[in-house]
Amino acid sequence: MGCAMHLHRDTQAAFRAALSTQDVPPGITAVGDLARRFSVYRNTVMHSLTDALVQRFPVVQRIVGRAFFSATAKVFVVNHPPSSPIIQAYGTDFPNFLATFPPAAGLPYLPDVALIEVLRGQAYHAADATPMSPDTFRSAITMAPEDAVLTLHPALRLATSEHPAMSVWRMNQSGMTPSTVDPGPEAALIFRRADNVIVMPVPFDAADIVAKLAMGVPLGVVARDTPPDKLSRSIATLLSHGLIVGVDHPQA
Amino acid sequence: MLQTRLPDAVGIGFKRAHFDALRTTKNTLGFLEVHAENYMGAGGPSHAQLAALRTDYALSIHGVGLSIGGAGPLDAVHLKRLAALCDRYQPESFSEHLAWSSHDNAFLNDLLPLPYDDETLSTVCDHIDCLQDVIARPMLLENPSTYVTFETSTLAETDFLTAVAKRTGCGLLLDINNVFVSCTNHRADPRAYLADFPLHAMGEIHLGGHDAEDLPSGPLLIDSHGTPVADPVWALYAETIAHTGPRPTLIEWDTDVPDLSVLLAEADCAAGILDGVRHALAS
Repeated sequence: MGCAMHLHRDTQAAFRAALSTQDVPPGITAVGDLARRFSVYRNTVMHSLTDALVQRFPVVQRIVGRAFFSATAKVFVVNHPPSSPIIQAYGTDFPNFLATFPPAAGLPYLPDVALIEVLRGQAYHAADATPMSPDTFRSAITMAPEDAVLTLHPALRLATSEHPAMSVWRMNQSGMTPSTVDPGPEAALIFRRADNVIVMPVPFDAADIVAKLAMGVPLGVVARDTPPDKLSRSIATLLSHGLIVGVDHPQA
Repeated sequence: MLQTRLPDAVGIGFKRAHFDALRTTKNTLGFLEVHAENYMGAGGPSHAQLAALRTDYALSIHGVGLSIGGAGPLDAVHLKRLAALCDRYQPESFSEHLAWSSHDNAFLNDLLPLPYDDETLSTVCDHIDCLQDVIARPMLLENPSTYVTFETSTLAETDFLTAVAKRTGCGLLLDINNVFVSCTNHRADPRAYLADFPLHAMGEIHLGGHDAEDLPSGPLLIDSHGTPVADPVWALYAETIAHTGPRPTLIEWDTDVPDLSVLLAEADCAAGILDGVRHALAS
């Protein structure tokens, strides 16, 4: 009995192993054409996981084409299978994988385009929060603006790239015609508006300010190395998109 | 114990693309079913849509990723997510599959088969006891579609399901397309399967489409959920319902999802069969 109790684990391990090879696991039967019948499982596993990547990275697929994407996705699925059944979150490592995938080396912006798609998915499913109105915000910081620490919306993500990744992402939306873009770094705020996720290009210094605010740096500290008009412009941008959801005064 | 509080009516699987149409199209749907794993984000439009639909429809939450038939222990984190989801939406029914989908921390995103023997029976029962404990409600267990069988199996699938329902108190979700697919693939008689199936424990029926391929050894049917329900499956459905009376029935369509009108036409077809049985029983 002692041995028998581990049979299912062994059966499952052999089945799992055969999904990654061209073999049929031992102890499996069918009415005939066993290899073809078993291959339904192998094909479904691969197809469902590569399709999850197609769903999550439509712009990357549009840039590289279906055949290249499919081949790339298969390599990724084999080497980085999901660890969670929440399949909509699968592919968070795909940008890093692309950065080290030699066949994609000719498209140095591609990992950052993939990152935008990862961040868009995160923004879509992030927690809800009630935005502060500009008036509520102003009265909340009046007492001690220097010490104020902002809480930004949980769906807000910040993307920065050494490449024009936001422009590439934008011109590869369906219905758009790609053209040449100016090289150089780009940054964007990614956030929800109603049911949509917005990718909004921002200047690098504005991205820097938002990054500090998101980390909980008090307004007074951010102001030390930021021109006042730039700081107030960034805060106005955040307020106008409903991205400030709280103000604390931890020093008080 | 009632394992489902779904109405004895027809529902469809909810797809995001149908949200607006579902809110504005007059329909007679009795319930909606969603895949649990699609609602495990913290917030955003998915939850807003489900919360809005929840006020108009009875809800079935259908898990596709717990790996109840897996040899290892259930994923404790995933169990907690399922419990939180049931707590949040108070579904009329929760269901999962007689299958495994995770192995050594890899999630394979498919419903994979298991041998039916004493060892797997006790593993599956332990997992269902654990799940029903954590979600604090009974569940329905769905019969799988299979493409191969195991030489080590000592129990028929129907005997296995009967024993699971008896030991754990869970209900069963009878997927009649899966019955037809599996029986065709294994050259077995779907009517014999249904005769052996413990219909008294059945809390819901699934109907979906399949793909077909001709092999030298006979047809290979693949459970694809991307086509209308096939005629032989409709026939088996009508025979089953004639036997049990009207039961909650779901139209599943998960790939190449068509317009809502196509799903509603399938649902109307099922509702017509239910109504016919209802009238026959009443007369």
